[in-house]
Amino acid sequence: MSQALLRASDVCLAFGGVVAADHIDFELHEGERLAVIGQNGAGKTTFINICTGYLQPTAGRIVFNGQDITGKTPRSIVKLGMGRSFQLPQLFSEHSVQQCLEIAAAARGGRLSWLTSLSDSVDQKEIVETLELIGLRQAGHELAGELPEGHKKLLDVAMALMLHPKLIIMDEPTSGVSSQDKHGLMALVMQALDERKVTSWFVEHDVDIVSRYATRVAAWIDGKIAADGDPQSVLSHPKVREEILGVAAC
Amino acid sequence: MNFDTLLLGVADGISYAGLLFLVSLGLTLIFGVLGVLNIAHGSLYALGGYVAASLSAFAMRHAFDATPWLFFSLVVAAMLVGLLMGLLLDVLLLRYFQKRDPVIQLLVTFAVFVIFEDVQKLIWGTSPYAAGEIVSRLGTVELFAVTYTVYQIMVIPGIALASYIGLNFFLKKTLWGKQTVALTHHREVAMAMGVNVKKIGALVFVLGAMLGALGGALAVPVSSLTPGMGAEMIVVSFTVVATAGLGQITGALITSLMIGLARSMAVYLLPEVDVAMPYIIMLLVLLLRPNGLFTVAQSRRI
Amino acid sequence: MKLGVFSVLSVLGLLAIGVAFPWTKTMLIIGLCYGLSALGVAIPARSGQVSFGHAMFACVAAYAVAFLARAFPLMDGVVLIVLATLVGTLFATVLGSFVVRYRGIFFGMLNLAVSMVIVALLGKLYELSGGTDGIRVPRPVFWGLVTERSEFETMLLFMSCGIALMAGWFYQRFTQSATGQALGGLKSNETRLEYLGISAHHILWVGYAWSGFFVSLAGAIFALAQGLVTPDMGAWTRSGELVFIMILGGSSHALGPFVGAAVFQAVKLFASAYMAGVWQMLLGFTLLAVIALAPEGIMGAWQTYRNRSGKGAQP
Repeated sequence: MSQALLRASDVCLAFGGVVAADHIDFELHEGERLAVIGQNGAGKTTFINICTGYLQPTAGRIVFNGQDITGKTPRSIVKLGMGRSFQLPQLFSEHSVQQCLEIAAAARGGRLSWLTSLSDSVDQKEIVETLELIGLRQAGHELAGELPEGHKKLLDVAMALMLHPKLIIMDEPTSGVSSQDKHGLMALVMQALDERKVTSWFVEHDVDIVSRYATRVAAWIDGKIAADGDPQSVLSHPKVREEILGVAAC
Repeated sequence: MNFDTLLLGVADGISYAGLLFLVSLGLTLIFGVLGVLNIAHGSLYALGGYVAASLSAFAMRHAFDATPWLFFSLVVAAMLVGLLMGLLLDVLLLRYFQKRDPVIQLLVTFAVFVIFEDVQKLIWGTSPYAAGEIVSRLGTVELFAVTYTVYQIMVIPGIALASYIGLNFFLKKTLWGKQTVALTHHREVAMAMGVNVKKIGALVFVLGAMLGALGGALAVPVSSLTPGMGAEMIVVSFTVVATAGLGQITGALITSLMIGLARSMAVYLLPEVDVAMPYIIMLLVLLLRPNGLFTVAQSRRI
Repeated sequence: MKLGVFSVLSVLGLLAIGVAFPWTKTMLIIGLCYGLSALGVAIPARSGQVSFGHAMFACVAAYAVAFLARAFPLMDGVVLIVLATLVGTLFATVLGSFVVRYRGIFFGMLNLAVSMVIVALLGKLYELSGGTDGIRVPRPVFWGLVTERSEFETMLLFMSCGIALMAGWFYQRFTQSATGQALGGLKSNETRLEYLGISAHHILWVGYAWSGFFVSLAGAIFALAQGLVTPDMGAWTRSGELVFIMILGGSSHALGPFVGAAVFQAVKLFASAYMAGVWQMLLGFTLLAVIALAPEGIMGAWQTYRNRSGKGAQP
């Protein structure tokens, strides 16, 4: 049994009266593709925010890649190998697609240049490869802020990928994308992740996507993990069916 | 430095704080609701003062020189100036630039301020105006064996407090007031529910402008009107607003008192830094609480 | 024509004017100082942080020149400039370490507050600073030579032109560099920057220190050009003028702040000659017009025009 890539122990967080994270114990192993499902407000994004350092838990510990990251800032956690994309894509809206990737690549290098131009300070081959990988080769010079939603999501993921993370967390990667494009987008992303051997953890509402791409599913209800395991068993779990999938109990 | 001087310092401080509060209240109200840090507020203060001085001089010359008339002319001047200029600025300028970056909006108000600096000079010239008549009329009062003017220790703070109470009542109990609060804290929801943004925006701006002008009008009897008065007042008002937290009304009251007192006491105790006191206080506060003393938590963005 | 070439030609033009019309030299040097200062203000401004107190660095450096000249009357003007710039930059670096934690209005106001404290202190501490009258700075030995007023001005003009060109070169390289582009990214999305592992605090600090460097340098030159340093060199209205010049000229290219300074000086001159007493009004209306019609400033408008007519962006 391999050492867990990420382990959260007894993580708690409450906002006033609302318990967003209720004694959560959670483990993620290398190579897994974890889908997280749950109603809005169940605490899925809050837990991601805690693990990535955006929020501080009131109790509990989080260990990533052997290091205790509880209480660390997103910046230091990212440098340890965790990448993230967001529910609302967080891009540099005034920069071009290419520049967004270049900034990410430069960030990976550690020291940002003062005099060498951005494009000269990064490996252009890799930029081009990444653009190809996510199918945005032709859109390199478009402004990130003006992209269609699906492309924005792809760019968001690609920027995280440029950091060569061990783990990538994607918060609703296909939301806001039309149903016909969802599968195409997911296929592209998963292919890119597989090629680079990146463990993935994604929040998803679409059951089809979940069953097709996840190796494991965790269901969040009211700040707790209600079910956790292989997709088939979790998706047919009675509580999951009732509270999350909205299937009436028979 | 004896007890008497201390009390004088306190009295000065309270009076100054009252004026400061009126101006800061307008400023913080406008920022809280409209998101604009209005540098032209300083011009409204100065204009309120100049118009009040002219109006009371006019009243005196035409035998309306009973105290109530003088006082009335001060307040009327303020209201008029605030109303007219407020509407003018809102309709002509703010609406046009409302979709722009806040810093750009700030620069727009800075441009307006700079324009008015010259307008004042053109209309009223550069020599100082004095109109202390009403202060001597209202007489003095004795407290703890020290003599203060009634104007300084009762009229100004009284009006400042009345404005505070009035504004709170307006915001909490009237329909328009409640709509204003809704717009400030939950803009999209308020708009979706039919709150008229333009109307409320204009209302708030005019209200803020009137408060600023009132501050200027009330300042007339206790200070001389010079071209730089708007500039000085606006910068100190900023420190009050930033120290209290942008949009915090009760906070502005407390902070005005704090800074007003500190400034006035410093004149007696630490004259080398009296002018710098407001900025020093703001620096210290912001070091410890970067969003101001009374700001509430921000909501999550990602 | 490439803008770089245009810049060099403009500088040569300035020098020609200065040599042909000796009475313009001080004015040209001061214009360059304003441009250099506005260039400094533009660096953090590109990341959305507009300081309303940057004139304080010019003030600090200018007073450093005055104090050093008073203590060491034989010190060469070049050494005075170097040391004063160092003092100003050090101050900016120290101040920057905590001021860059703030954003938007608070950043602007904090800078304002510090500048107000400095101006107030300089005004009050008469023994040290000469109070509101300031301190005179007599013409020093310059580049090892004792000079007449006119020669001194010519040398200072040449030096200022050279510095302006080098500053412009640095600004262009810096804004295109990884740090410069990351600063631009900060303006649109600071969260993303942090999630890429870039420290917003660090890059803002770097930008702020460099901006302090340029404004200090301008202040030191100004002190020698004017021969007098006064507390209102650091006044908030001066800082406001710098912001105005930056907006007027545009910050997308190094030439912008200098163009803005030139227009600003021209308007001031024109207004004081023909419409004394309303130059502030003219300034205000110009600022409104620029913000409304050409928000990227003169350089921005020019670059848009070039892009539209298909000539493509020229660096």
